[in-house]
Amino acid sequence: MTLEPQEWAALALSLKVSVWAVLVSLPFAVAMGWLLARRDFPGKAWLSALVHLPLVLPPVVTGYLLLLTFGANGAVGRWLADLGIVFAFRWTGAALAAAIMGFPLMVRAIRLAVEAVDPKLEEAAETLGAGAVARFVLITLPLIAPGILAGAVLGFAKAMGEFGATITFVANIPGQTQTLPSAIYAFLQVPGGETGAIRLAILSVAVALGAVLISEWLARRVARRIGRA
Amino acid sequence: MSLTVDIRHAFPGVTLDLSVRAGQGVTAIFGPSGAGKSSLVNAIAGLLHADEGRIVLAGETLFDSAARVYVPPAKRRIGYVFQDGRLFPHLSVAANMRFGARFAPEGLDRAEMDRLTDLLGLRALLHRKPGSLSGGEKQRVALARAWLCRPRLLLMDEPLAALDEPRKDEIFPYLERLRDATSVPIIYVSHNLAEVARLADDLIVLQDGRAVLSGRAETVLSDPKALPLVGVREAGAVLQARVVEHDADGLSRLRLSGGDLWLPGVSAAPGATVRLRVLAQDVLLSRDRPSGLSSQNILPVTVEALFRGAGPGVAVKLRAGEDTLLARITARAAGEMQLAPGQDCFAVLNAISIPRGSIGHAAGPASI
Repeated sequence: MTLEPQEWAALALSLKVSVWAVLVSLPFAVAMGWLLARRDFPGKAWLSALVHLPLVLPPVVTGYLLLLTFGANGAVGRWLADLGIVFAFRWTGAALAAAIMGFPLMVRAIRLAVEAVDPKLEEAAETLGAGAVARFVLITLPLIAPGILAGAVLGFAKAMGEFGATITFVANIPGQTQTLPSAIYAFLQVPGGETGAIRLAILSVAVALGAVLISEWLARRVARRIGRA
Repeated sequence: MSLTVDIRHAFPGVTLDLSVRAGQGVTAIFGPSGAGKSSLVNAIAGLLHADEGRIVLAGETLFDSAARVYVPPAKRRIGYVFQDGRLFPHLSVAANMRFGARFAPEGLDRAEMDRLTDLLGLRALLHRKPGSLSGGEKQRVALARAWLCRPRLLLMDEPLAALDEPRKDEIFPYLERLRDATSVPIIYVSHNLAEVARLADDLIVLQDGRAVLSGRAETVLSDPKALPLVGVREAGAVLQARVVEHDADGLSRLRLSGGDLWLPGVSAAPGATVRLRVLAQDVLLSRDRPSGLSSQNILPVTVEALFRGAGPGVAVKLRAGEDTLLARITARAAGEMQLAPGQDCFAVLNAISIPRGSIGHAAGPASI
């Protein structure tokens, strides 16, 4: 099975977009997961709802809202453009859309992991002299590592498959914003494009399968390291 | 080094109003569940922020609601051994032990770590993860971990409660060794009187969120007022006896201020001091010196006071030389014997237990 240059470009772009989306949003997802698991504050229910919104909103709506906010004429977009950061119709925009769509999945996995860590362990660390940062880094973080990993894999899979919000926000420009799903969609729009679509579909399955297998392997290693296996 | 605690804290259902002092040695906090024992140690550790009051350790104010002082737990340098161990599951035994030292300004004392590893029998466990340890092993690691952060005070909240009897017997000698090897004050929470009698120098009895009795363990335990608090079956005196000689038939002569006792199974050398526990229900009283009894341990005593409880029993406080004994007899017997303060009579000690290990090295609990 050989790929056309345009198909290679779509695969490379999808991987780039997904990796960046996960890497950049992961710290925020960890912070948010911890916040929702461990802290009570006014407006917590609203914050949780906001985080989960992309999960229940039609992706097209999310994409449109991103366009309104981060587009060339959007409030945030215009301000960021002055700083030289442009999202609309760029691969960075695809990464932003993928990150936003994957965020609730990552937060959910991490929040569950934080809730599974006995706060009494953190208390014990506190009596041993560990401040808040040391407790998080030395106790909480290693113990939630499997949850972070699970969240990252979910986020990555979501980013690889993200279509609706991406195509609405950054369109479907080959070589620039055309990810695997967008490319498959484009193939299906032209007569005789089925073989290309099938090739890319097989590719998508392979990437997804690979991601899951790698995460399984990593999860086993982490579990062994933290003494759960 | 002394600790002063004066706190009030309202929980749903019960209000703590505690005023306690603790100094050198082991101070046991005894009381039924819900009496406020854990809340007291949590407040000392800083894990419970009391509504109001003051906590001062060795001159440093750790908590003062009026002056808005609250030193966070991480800065208190108070070791805490929890009932449930709370070892970090992702770290090896050695890393668990070293955990606190990284926050201590002096760092890890390797010699102390080495000594403690042997003292607590942890050498073979150092590279294991807590998940593969037994309950007793976990508590020994927890003890070492709390110890190695160089605390100014060591809190132990029922460290043996989650263990079965054989495990307790396994860990107790280690506790006693640690107690004897240190000058750091220890606060030991327990609802097990045998543990308290074995370990404690001082004893504070809590009930319904208040400290109702406190003082030297021997004094409190032989106080008839303690009887309803500690339970009729558990009440009894703790005495210090000196080993005089070992006889060829396996019995040893132990000297109390009020007379000698013969006990089996004492392995301490002559001259050593042994802690004895005599339960109130194991003491019989006789107006005349009894003869023809199978018990050899009879002490001349003087009745100091009688305390009538709600039931048919009477607690009799007895003086034997410098020591205080407690006997629990029925009110009817007390009446027929015409017992009154000042009355001389004889106490037959039906059973005496030597808390194991309090004699320096292992000897089985002796009963006769």
